[in-house]
Amino acid sequence: MLLEVRQVAKRFGARDVLKSISLEIASGEFLTLLGESGSGKTTLLRLIAGFESPTSGEIWMNGARLDTLPPYKRHVNTVFQHYALFPHLTVQDNVAYGLRVTGVPAMEIPARAEAALRMVKMREYAEARPARLSGGQQQRVALARALVNRPQLLLLDEPLSALDANLRKEMQGELKALQRELGITFLFVTHDQEEAMALSDRIALLRDGELEQVASPREIYARPATRYAAQFVGQTNLLEAEVREGIASCGSLNWPTTMQPGPAVFSLRPEAIRLGSQAGPTPYAVRFRARIHQQVFAGSTENLEVDCAGQVLRVRIPARGTLSGEQEFFFEPADAILVRR
Amino acid sequence: MSEAAQRSQRVPLLGGFSLLVFGFLYLPIVVLILYSFNRDGVGGFPPKHFTLDWYRQLFGDGPIWDSVLNSLLVALGAVVLSLVLGLLAALALDRADFPGKTMFRRLVLLPLILPGIITGLSLLMFAVTLGFARSLTLVFFGHGTALISVATTELFAGLQKMDRTQEEASLDLGATPWQTFWHVTLPNLRLSLVAAGLLIFTLSLDEIAVTFFLIGSDNTLPLEIWARLRRGITPEINAISTLIFAVSVILILIWYRIRTCTIGKEAQELLERPQKG
Amino acid sequence: MYSRAYKTIVSVPPLFWVGLFLLLPYALMFAHSFWLVRDGMLVHEWNWQNYVKLAQSPLYLDVLFRTARIAASVMVLSVFLGYPLAYYMSFHAGIRKELLYQLVIVPLWVSYLVRGYAWKTILGSEGVLNGFLQYLHITKEPVSYFLYSPFSVILMLTHIYTPFVFLPLYASLEHIPRNLIEASHDLGAGPRTTFLRVILPLSLPGLLAGATFAFVLTLGDFLGPLLVGGPSSVMIANIVQNLFGTAYDWPLGAAISVCILALTISLLFLTERLEKRWSFR
Repeated sequence: MLLEVRQVAKRFGARDVLKSISLEIASGEFLTLLGESGSGKTTLLRLIAGFESPTSGEIWMNGARLDTLPPYKRHVNTVFQHYALFPHLTVQDNVAYGLRVTGVPAMEIPARAEAALRMVKMREYAEARPARLSGGQQQRVALARALVNRPQLLLLDEPLSALDANLRKEMQGELKALQRELGITFLFVTHDQEEAMALSDRIALLRDGELEQVASPREIYARPATRYAAQFVGQTNLLEAEVREGIASCGSLNWPTTMQPGPAVFSLRPEAIRLGSQAGPTPYAVRFRARIHQQVFAGSTENLEVDCAGQVLRVRIPARGTLSGEQEFFFEPADAILVRR
Repeated sequence: MSEAAQRSQRVPLLGGFSLLVFGFLYLPIVVLILYSFNRDGVGGFPPKHFTLDWYRQLFGDGPIWDSVLNSLLVALGAVVLSLVLGLLAALALDRADFPGKTMFRRLVLLPLILPGIITGLSLLMFAVTLGFARSLTLVFFGHGTALISVATTELFAGLQKMDRTQEEASLDLGATPWQTFWHVTLPNLRLSLVAAGLLIFTLSLDEIAVTFFLIGSDNTLPLEIWARLRRGITPEINAISTLIFAVSVILILIWYRIRTCTIGKEAQELLERPQKG
Repeated sequence: MYSRAYKTIVSVPPLFWVGLFLLLPYALMFAHSFWLVRDGMLVHEWNWQNYVKLAQSPLYLDVLFRTARIAASVMVLSVFLGYPLAYYMSFHAGIRKELLYQLVIVPLWVSYLVRGYAWKTILGSEGVLNGFLQYLHITKEPVSYFLYSPFSVILMLTHIYTPFVFLPLYASLEHIPRNLIEASHDLGAGPRTTFLRVILPLSLPGLLAGATFAFVLTLGDFLGPLLVGGPSSVMIANIVQNLFGTAYDWPLGAAISVCILALTISLLFLTERLEKRWSFR
């Protein structure tokens, strides 16, 4: 276990930005803090970096107390959201900065800086000044600057948010490859759930200062623990059902379940609902008729909004031309996942 | 700056030094005010007998108040002159291209960065060569001219901040350029005009270097004080100085409020940003 | 968007006025420096005599160097006082920053004459400082050196020009993005190293502007010596003032003014160049 966050809370004035977070980060893993603005994800990152102190709780790294150390004594480095490159230094000097100020022998510095630049493919820009570089280039330099110090933990604060879509995808791939190659633990902050799913070994979903769920991307997607998780990561239909004697009822839909009697909320992904004419319904499949309300063509899929006796459901099916009127649909009961909150 | 970093840098030495510097900056002013109430005059320590006599003497002192009136007239005149020419100059710099534009901008700034004696003497030579005697009117011309760049700088900044499309919309809707200027441009510059006006007013009231060489027989306040000083020091001068200080403080506080009024909304947003995420 | 007429109306009046009342007077001063005074009358003969006199006469050169020394002292002292203050306010003052800023500006706007006069009353033989020292029995006799000496001129001018140094410096410091400080800490540099390697270099433009202000304005100052200076602290501007007053030699005075002007402009030009090089944009 590399990093342990133990019941950390943070208060700014009257606001509780983090309400008691406990989290463990394993060595070599790529963990993403995912959440909306205001969820506390950047604050948590800054606490680990050392720019803020927890109001209560502790942070430990490698069996030693971390939160009492100032940032310049921690073996943690940050890639800032707006890069924070030093405008008065060249690219090379920016990257070498961390080596110089920590007393690395002068003879080693040029080689290590160069190696870091080569890693991010920015070697030819060594003598340039940051102001002359594009956003993507600056971001690579910021990355090299953080990595050259060989930190045990690298913090990345929404590093890709300022880049345009294509460059973003490209950088995502590069970051993932880099992390695997170096084996450094990455703690990544983003509000983009697709990005989180693409990059992470695990996702920590934050909401209003609390952890909703911490699990691998596939786990969160397939088995969201809460309504919020179900809706934030991917799209879903939330079915507020009443369970009686092993049957969950929601509107005109009924399906078997092993849940206790009483009210329960289920998450049903749009792609789990299929057209009656599609192959593969099991004997347990729940069938229903619904009127197509809206159809949006999305290249390889059709995104439908259907009305089933007053209940609106979202459905995603493979593209097949315009549909109209009423159609028959089905879903498997196993795909209706119980959501705890 | 992050609080953790701030805490680790709590530097009492630096804070103490800053306090000393503040003390140095305010020492003369404090002494001045203190001794304006001192019966036994301007020197010695400590001041012992409190009195308002010097203020009473001040209020009965005719020539001083004549000079105050002169100063106010000159200052108001300078404000009008500088603002009008400064506004035109700002518009010209913002919207027109003419040969010698850079030269013009530098020339206008010169009176502010050059020692006042040079501007004062130049104007004196000019006046004498043309046959004009030294007078209050000459001082008014001098102030108005020297302070044009203050108006220009402030109004230029105001023009740059202004949303250009407002003027385009006005023209689009059928207003003539003159109407657009009156109803759109000027209202947008209101704050800049007031801020510049206040600054020019204050600078003109205190102006000595240029005034020194252009003044005739009617004194402005600083020169009246100067004349008194040559005759000897009396706490009456402390009294008028204290009043000048009080007025300056009020004016500068108003100016500051106006200045930061325009930044108000952006500052609000900036304050809210670090709290998110 | 703006018609020819519009552009003409806005450019002509200020151009005309500035040309007439600024350019012409400065040009006239320049011209005067090449003229002469003979038998108490101004003679419009073109010659270099005034400049020759200046270059050869030890008197004027001495005063010029003394003025430069005083200006340099004022500049150094103002920076010594102003930089720590600006740094403290920008990085450690927190919420009180606004209030403190206004407090620094206030003395700047209080009449120069008033503040000079105040120092006069403090430093004199019967002044407050001497009274204070005698009251505490630190001295028995008044110290006359406090007033009418280079010491008093430097002290007073430092007091006047420290806020001038403070203003552009503070603006420069405020402009430094705070995430650069965090980045520096993040990479392992402590507060002192961060100051030397990040804050100081990035504050140079403001520092340069402020220091130049202080130097140039002190160079041409004539009131300071008149208020608190003595015979050993006469500055070059006082000489000029005399030549336009009782010593009646306008051309010579103009020549000295032109020299001051040339010195000032070249200094400003130099610092503008340096500022551009150091602003890292």
